[in-house]
Amino acid sequence: MDKQLSPYEEKQYAYGRVWTALLLLMMLAVPLAICVYYNAWPPLTAVLKALLGVAPMYWLVGIIEVLTYVPMLGTGGTYLGFVTGNLTNLKVPCALNAMQAAKVKAGTEEGEVISTIAIASSSIVTVLVIAIGVFGLRLLEPVLESPVLKPAFDNILPSLFGALGVVFVSKNPKIAAAPMLFMVVLFLLVPSLSGSVSVLVPVGALIAIGAARLLYRKGLIGTEKEKKNA
Amino acid sequence: MPFSVNDPFLFWLSGIVIAAVLAESVFFLVKATRRARELNLPKGTVRKTILSSGLFSLAPAVSILIGVLTLNRFLGLPFPWLRLSILGAVTYELPAATIAANAVGAGVTETITDPQTFAVIAWTMTLGIIAGIVVILFGLKKLQRGMNTISGKDEKWRGILMDALFLGMISAFLGLLFANVRDGVPGFIPIVVALVSALLMGVCGLLIRVLKWTWLEQYALPLCMLGAMALSIPITALMA
Repeated sequence: MDKQLSPYEEKQYAYGRVWTALLLLMMLAVPLAICVYYNAWPPLTAVLKALLGVAPMYWLVGIIEVLTYVPMLGTGGTYLGFVTGNLTNLKVPCALNAMQAAKVKAGTEEGEVISTIAIASSSIVTVLVIAIGVFGLRLLEPVLESPVLKPAFDNILPSLFGALGVVFVSKNPKIAAAPMLFMVVLFLLVPSLSGSVSVLVPVGALIAIGAARLLYRKGLIGTEKEKKNA
Repeated sequence: MPFSVNDPFLFWLSGIVIAAVLAESVFFLVKATRRARELNLPKGTVRKTILSSGLFSLAPAVSILIGVLTLNRFLGLPFPWLRLSILGAVTYELPAATIAANAVGAGVTETITDPQTFAVIAWTMTLGIIAGIVVILFGLKKLQRGMNTISGKDEKWRGILMDALFLGMISAFLGLLFANVRDGVPGFIPIVVALVSALLMGVCGLLIRVLKWTWLEQYALPLCMLGAMALSIPITALMA
């Protein structure tokens, strides 16, 4: 390995493994406890049949998400982010925004620390909001299902990626051009892909990496002059 | 034991797992905050990161809550509460629950009353999403070593590679805005909302640069997001 791990990073692996193993066991214990408590043991074939409709797609997405997000989130952020979920729509943009605002780089220890703080804070707030919502459902239901507010909740992703996009695209317009053009054309031609955006994230990443490599080799990005212009 | 999708037992079961997730989040927050102090990161930066991340998470958390409400109609409250508080996302849980229900001949319009059907759905939703966490548990260190090798020793290239990864993700979501333009004017609503959000971010950038409102740096994204969401209401009224 070309980078010596600090004691903090080594500990992150240890803590992360223990917490992840514990939470994984607890997650698996839930359906098991349901079967035991209600003495309801479904036939294995029924579970396998249902799983066959879900697992091939989502296991693939899960593995792709690991490969895509691990470099962005760092060790602690990854362990925490993958257990708490909602990566694409919440944890990853939250970590990116935090690193950007704190002026630290992903892949450095400072970036790792800020990313972990952002993901942990986000998880705590999310868990609390959902819990308050679940227990105060009668009070909140009219607000949450209000037709007046519906457009606001329908437009969370455009609101998020509009602001996030302008920050990152304006910093790296040359790298952004190819993947953005590809994605716009793809969604114009095949609108039904909107349900598979998670699968398209690594595709966009590969195109961006390819374009960046080409531009870097040609000296069109990463130069001092280019940095001054950014 | 008589079964109900809103049985207190299921609330306890979900509550215990969610409490453990909360404990993990607090644990990592404390450890990372201590490390930030050791690395001499300014206290203000850490405080602002916590506050802005919390603020940033409010609107998506409410949207997740709406997902809980949707699933509540046939799965009750406690199980969707658990599923949407941990591992996964609304975009996974809704289709997974529907596919699992269909596979056992249950509909998603009526509350599940059979514990066996509920158990099939619970197993499917749990097992269908664990691939990522299993890979992380057993292979994160090796994976990161492999990635370090691939990115090489060129620090400048590593920075560019990281930017390219971010841009790949952002591109996919910016492309997604164009998915419904064939529907006519209403199909352009997400694009207009994203442009408004970008414009608000531009205004924040100006305020930071010209008026030196540096405090705004941490809060610009959540504020722009909430502002664009609020403005999407009149935009939708005008364009729908």
